[in-house]
Amino acid sequence: MEVSPELKAYWKQNLTYVSILLAIWFVVSYVCGILLANSLDAIKLGGFPLGFWFANQGSEITFVILIAVYVKLMNKLDIKYDVHEQ
Amino acid sequence: MSILGWTWIIVGLTFSLYIGIAIWAKAKSTGDFYVAAKQIHPVLNGMATGADWMSAASFISMAGLISFIGRDGAMYLMGWTGGYVLLAMLLAPYLRKYGKYTVPMFVGERYYSQSARVVAVICAIFVSFTYVAGQMRGVGVVFSRFLEVPINTGVVIGMAIVFFYAVMGGMKGITYTQVAQYCVLIVAYLIPAIFISIMLTGNPIPQIAFGGSLSEGGQRLLGTDGGYLLDKLNMLSTDLGFKEYTGQGAKSTIDVFMITFALMVGTAGLPHIIIRFFTTPTIKGARASAGWALLFIAILYTTAPAVAAFARTNMIKTLHQKEYTSAPSWFKNWEKTGLIAWVDKDGDGRINYAPGAPFKGKPAYAAEKGALGQSTVSNALTDNKNELYVDRDIMVLANPEIANLPAWVVALVAAGGLAAALSTAAGLLLVIASAVSHDLVKNVMAPNISEKGELLWARIAAGGAVCVAGYFGIHPPGFVAQVVAFAFGLAASSFFPVILLGIFWKRATKEGAMAGMLTGMGFTAAYIIYFKFMHPELNTAENWLFATSPEGIGTIGMVINFVITISVSMFTKEPPEEVQNMVESLRYPRSM
Repeated sequence: MEVSPELKAYWKQNLTYVSILLAIWFVVSYVCGILLANSLDAIKLGGFPLGFWFANQGSEITFVILIAVYVKLMNKLDIKYDVHEQ
Repeated sequence: MSILGWTWIIVGLTFSLYIGIAIWAKAKSTGDFYVAAKQIHPVLNGMATGADWMSAASFISMAGLISFIGRDGAMYLMGWTGGYVLLAMLLAPYLRKYGKYTVPMFVGERYYSQSARVVAVICAIFVSFTYVAGQMRGVGVVFSRFLEVPINTGVVIGMAIVFFYAVMGGMKGITYTQVAQYCVLIVAYLIPAIFISIMLTGNPIPQIAFGGSLSEGGQRLLGTDGGYLLDKLNMLSTDLGFKEYTGQGAKSTIDVFMITFALMVGTAGLPHIIIRFFTTPTIKGARASAGWALLFIAILYTTAPAVAAFARTNMIKTLHQKEYTSAPSWFKNWEKTGLIAWVDKDGDGRINYAPGAPFKGKPAYAAEKGALGQSTVSNALTDNKNELYVDRDIMVLANPEIANLPAWVVALVAAGGLAAALSTAAGLLLVIASAVSHDLVKNVMAPNISEKGELLWARIAAGGAVCVAGYFGIHPPGFVAQVVAFAFGLAASSFFPVILLGIFWKRATKEGAMAGMLTGMGFTAAYIIYFKFMHPELNTAENWLFATSPEGIGTIGMVINFVITISVSMFTKEPPEEVQNMVESLRYPRSM
C-alpha cells in the first residue's frame, strides 16, 4: 500500500505527541515518585513530603491530565489531516 | 434499624437493580454478546471500565495494605493507574479500529497464525481464571461478615446473580450493570472517607485532608496535640518501633520500580480491560473512554491513601496501650470473625502494639475465653512485644464502625464491596466465554456454526465459567495470593509487547511474536514458580535476579519478549502484504 506524505506526517506527529506525553508519564511517576522520592521528601507541600505526594497523589492526577491532553491533541490532529471518522 | 437489617435492604435493592438491568439488556446477537453492539457511550464505558477494573482487592484490601506498608503501598496506586496512560495512547484506539471481538483474535490475524491465536487464548483464560477465583471468595467474605450467612452460601448467591446477567446479557448486560455497580461502589467508598476526613481534620476532601492538620475535634478524638496528620503518624510509628510512615519502605527502590512497571504494563495487557474499549461507537470515543475510565478510577485510588493514613492513625491511637476491657465495640465485633486478635503476653490487661507478628500464622481460637473475656489463640507465640493481630482487610470494612457512622453507611460499604467483586467477576467471565465460543468453537472447531449456535455456545461457556469460578470460591486454592503476581506478570510479558509491536511495527513477524511470547512468558512463569512454589524459603533479595522480586519480574519478562520478538523478526521473512496493509490501516481513524 502506498502511503501518502500527508498520512506519513500525521503518523509522525502522533508519535511525537505520544513520546512527549509518555516522557512526562515516566518522569512524574518513576523519577519523582520512586527514584528521587527520598530527596524530594525534604521539600514539604503542606503536610506532605513531596516525594510521598508524587507517589500517592501527584502521579495519579497527572495521568488523568495526560490522557485528557492526548485526546484533545489527537482529535485536532485527526481533523487537520482529514482522517477523522465521519 | 440494625446494621443487619440495613444491609439486607441495601444489598437486596442493589441486587434487584442488577437483575432488572439484565432483563432489560438481553443480548440478541453475538455482536451484542461480545461487544455490546459497539453502542456504549464513552462516559458510560468509562464507568463500566472503572467497575470492571476495581475488584474486591481494590475496594476491600488496598487501603488496608497501604496502611500497613506505608510508602511502599504507592506502587499499587501508581501501578494500577499508570497502565491506563499506556492503554489510551498505545493500544485502545488501534484495537478499536481493528474492530473485532477478542484479543486472541487480533493476535491471530496480525500474526497470520492459528498457533499464535491459541497461545493467546490459553493466556487469556489462565489470567482470567486466576483473577476470578479471588472475586468469588470476596463475595463470600462480605456475605459472611455483614449478612451472617455461611461463606459458601454467599458464594452461591453471588454466582447466581452473575450467572443471570452475564449469561443473558453478555457484554451488553455486563456493561450496564457495571455502570450501576460503579455508582454503588464509589459512593460506598467515599462516604465513610469523607466523614472520617471531617472528623479528624475538618476538611471534607480526603485527598487534601490527609496532608493537612488535625482539627480540634480530631485532636480530642485522638488525644494528641495539633500539627500535620502525617507528621503525627510518622511520630506514632517511630515511637512504636516502626519505620516512618511516609519514609523509605521495606522494599528496595529498584524493586519498587520493577513492581510498579510490571503492574502498569500488566494492566495495559489484561484482556478484560482491553475488550472494554471494543464497545465504544468510534475511535474518538475509545480514546475519550480511557480518560473517563482513569478519572473514575483515580477518584477511588487517590482516596485510598487518605483512608489508609486515617485508619492507621486511628487504629494506633484507639488501641495501643488501651485496656482490653475498655476497647471499642468494633474491636470485639471483628474479634468474633477471627480477623482481629489480642494475646496478653505481659499479662497487664493492656493491648500493646509493636512491629512483628504477635504469633505464628492466622489466629486459631482456643475453646476457653481469657480472664478478661477475650478470645484466646492456640498459636505459638513469638518473642517480640506485639500483642495485636489485625487482618489488613478490615481497615476499609471496619472504618465506618471505627468512626461511629450510622448503620446505613456500614450497610452501604457491604453493598460496595459486593459491587466491586461482582463487576470484576462478570468482566472476566466474558473474556473466558468469548475465548471459548469465538476463538475456539467458531474459529477452530466448527467454522460453519450459525450465529445462533455461536451465541448458544457463548452462553454455555459463560455458564460453565461461572460454575468453575464458584468452585474456586468455595474451595479456594491455597495459592490464590501467589498467583496474582502471575496474572500481571504474564499479561506484561506476553500480551503487551506482542500487541504493541503488532500495531507500531509492521515488520514484526509471526516467528518473532511466537518466540517472544514463549520466551517472555516462559521466563516469567519459571521465575515465579521457582520462588513462589518450589523454593519459597529462597525468596529473599539476595537470591533474586536484578534485585527484582517475583512480583516485579514481569518487567524483565517484557524486556526479553521485546528483544526476542524484534531480533527474530529481523531474521525472518517479512509479514505478507495484506497484514502490513491491515497494520497501516489501524493508524488512521477513518477507513481509507
